[in-house]
Amino acid sequence: MSNGLLSYIERDSIVHRLTGATKLICFLLWSSAVMFTYDTRVLFVILVASIVVFFISKVKLKEISFILAFILFFLLLNNVAIYLFAPQHGTVIYGTSHAITGSIGRYSITLEQLFYQFNITLKYFAVIPPALLFIVTTHPSEFAASLNRIGVSYRLAYSVSIALRYIPDIQRDFKTIARSKQARGVDLSSNEKLGKRFKNMISIMFPLIFSSLDRIETVSNTMDLRGFGKRNNRTWYSAKNFVKRDYIAIAITFLLFALMVVFMFINGGRFYNPFV
Amino acid sequence: MKKPVIEFKDFCFQYNSQSKPTLHNIDLTIYEGEKVCIVGPSGSGKSTLVHCLNGLVPFAYKGNITGSLKILNEESQNLDLFAISQKVGTVLQDTDGQFLGLSVGEDIAFALENNAVPLPEMKERVKQAASLVHMSSFLNARIPELSGGQKQRVALAGVLVNDIEVVLFDEPLANLDPASGKEAMLLIDELQKESKKTIIIVEHRFEDVLSQPLDRIILMNHGRIVANITPNEVLASSLLAENWIREPLYIKALKYAGCELSTDMSLTKVENISKPHFREKLIHWQENVQAVSHKVDTSEAVLSLKNISFHYPNKENTISDVSFTLHKGEMISLIGANGAGKSTLSSLICGFEKPSEGSIFFGNIDSKDDSIKARAERVGFVLQNPNHMFSEQIIFEEVAFGLKQKNIDEEEIKKRVEDTLTICGLYPFRNWPISALSYGQKKRLSIASILVLEPSILLLDEPTAGQDYRHTTELMSFLEQLARKGMSIVLITHDMHLMTEYTDRAIVLSNGSILADDSPARILSNTDLIRTANLKESSLYELAEQFNMVDSSHFVEQFIQYDREVRADEQRATELY
Repeated sequence: MSNGLLSYIERDSIVHRLTGATKLICFLLWSSAVMFTYDTRVLFVILVASIVVFFISKVKLKEISFILAFILFFLLLNNVAIYLFAPQHGTVIYGTSHAITGSIGRYSITLEQLFYQFNITLKYFAVIPPALLFIVTTHPSEFAASLNRIGVSYRLAYSVSIALRYIPDIQRDFKTIARSKQARGVDLSSNEKLGKRFKNMISIMFPLIFSSLDRIETVSNTMDLRGFGKRNNRTWYSAKNFVKRDYIAIAITFLLFALMVVFMFINGGRFYNPFV
Repeated sequence: MKKPVIEFKDFCFQYNSQSKPTLHNIDLTIYEGEKVCIVGPSGSGKSTLVHCLNGLVPFAYKGNITGSLKILNEESQNLDLFAISQKVGTVLQDTDGQFLGLSVGEDIAFALENNAVPLPEMKERVKQAASLVHMSSFLNARIPELSGGQKQRVALAGVLVNDIEVVLFDEPLANLDPASGKEAMLLIDELQKESKKTIIIVEHRFEDVLSQPLDRIILMNHGRIVANITPNEVLASSLLAENWIREPLYIKALKYAGCELSTDMSLTKVENISKPHFREKLIHWQENVQAVSHKVDTSEAVLSLKNISFHYPNKENTISDVSFTLHKGEMISLIGANGAGKSTLSSLICGFEKPSEGSIFFGNIDSKDDSIKARAERVGFVLQNPNHMFSEQIIFEEVAFGLKQKNIDEEEIKKRVEDTLTICGLYPFRNWPISALSYGQKKRLSIASILVLEPSILLLDEPTAGQDYRHTTELMSFLEQLARKGMSIVLITHDMHLMTEYTDRAIVLSNGSILADDSPARILSNTDLIRTANLKESSLYELAEQFNMVDSSHFVEQFIQYDREVRADEQRATELY
């Protein structure tokens, strides 16, 4: 079932078969490479690589369309905000000014500004596919194991994964409680005024919090009874061993990262300047 | 000489949060390979005893211990939770909360992961544990997709991966339909025979536990052990009734008929009871009972479903072509296995979902255009867990909540709330915080908060789940009173006792359609129906067959009517004093 939200999507692909730890390491390297550089050429190479990886993963575009639209909306917002608050930032960075419109005060559009914002957009596109892939191709149980492998304490890693694990249960409780309120004449639909609806939603929160506390007691008793937290280390049923493809994946990502570093030296900074 | 695994000696326990001890002077020894059942009403201390055995007391729930508890010859206070968990495994009540893994394999492995067992060995041990409970082919299955019975098997495998000595079952039957409950007991028995592990079961559905042999029954009440005897001795005595445990129906029938039960008889299974003179006594009893079956006036229909079908988007029909009529003052049960469509059907009746075909009439009114508020005045829905229903702090406010959704003036609200609280016996507590109420009182409060809206129909989801016989009886006689005043009541339940003892009519759902709409006695005499709907034969019917009674289902019917009168008399007697 595709629920439109961010959750694991079962598929058989090379990306899915990589261990969670590999994917986490690659994702961290990949996103820091994209974060550091504003070099259009480097970003372009990374973008192409992103699209290729996405294609290999066999995840369909429409399965992540909701979250993608959400991110693109933010990208748009981000671009508008940059233009509003720093319309001449590009000229500051690149040191020249090629106006393409007549003078509208500080809101004159320059080639430099357009190029700068183009690079920002490119950065988004280069990092979106690996970020989404990391989430939708890592099995939730492997998620904790992979955090643990890169050095996060297993207690913390497990708390994260168990929080994710109980989201559907809490959604179900929410639905049950909402229905009991409806049975007492509380209208949660759009027939009711917004303020009243908000108040009605609040009346669901209390029982939801209490039922979640009950749930926490059961879970923590179960964890105690089954020996959680006794030892300093822990093994993971769903952990996978590193195989050749994991090393290859990390190596490729590392090369991309190295490429970025090399170009930083060539450019003498984070920006590639075509204007001089 | 058998090896003792659990030894309580003059053991007392008091929770830090309570002013009085919960357990008093417990002396109890359980030997290796034994299979015992601990029974007792709510508040008898049996859950605390379980917590002592698995180490939650005193390590998670703090308190003061005197006397001694030895687990495999080691004083439990000198151990820790982890050490105890390597000896005693606990299968909690089947709430979904006890699962930690997403898949079956992962959940079974949890204890091994914590013990840092290397992966290859872990996989091997998980496989073995899964095969012990016949779940080998489900290792990759997702837990939410399993049935109640299968979930319980997974929970059991999760404790069996450790090489434990004692398996503790905390109300294993609570959330299972009757057929799955019977299977669960069979599995427990099999496990004990094959592995010789010590089995301790805590359960108040006593008749269902008896379906497999037990060595001893430990009866608890008021924090003390009242009896520690064999099942036969318990059944022949009057201890169960005295301590508010529901007696098995066949035993009750034999006692009504005046058959003397003695401890040398084998009483735990109907098919082993074979005294020829019992037959005469039963026939004699049947001839002399003048049970008048009380007829509901069927002239006034309050709810009629006409050819209702419904399906969720992109799914097959979950409800197909359901029609039935509910009359004024009638109390019926809606039964069927998990997933048979009971909750979907109740959602349709309450207006949470709209039927794709067919129509629902309240009296003569087609409910098609009802708003949520209008529907709430016709039909009230009471959830299984009362805590899910409360959003106010004070009892009065909680009951007033539904009325405040409408524009009713304060005076009117006050009057209606107080009247409702009086009917529900909660008037003296009206200014108390809800948290001060007992579970049974909370249940009544949740009903009061619906009653105040004056619906003509009340739907209750598993109204007596998790409550002992005394609280069940209290709640049900309250509902009977409401029905006598003209309220129509639908009980959605797994509990065959509830169905036979309190309702005149039951609707059996299976795969979204109605399989039967008949009297409980006739439903529980129909072997085919029982099999398809995951029900369980009534032991009364088995008794009637065992003694070749002329009309078995009539015998069941007569017993139910007679038993109701006896209980009504008892009720009147208690009200007099």
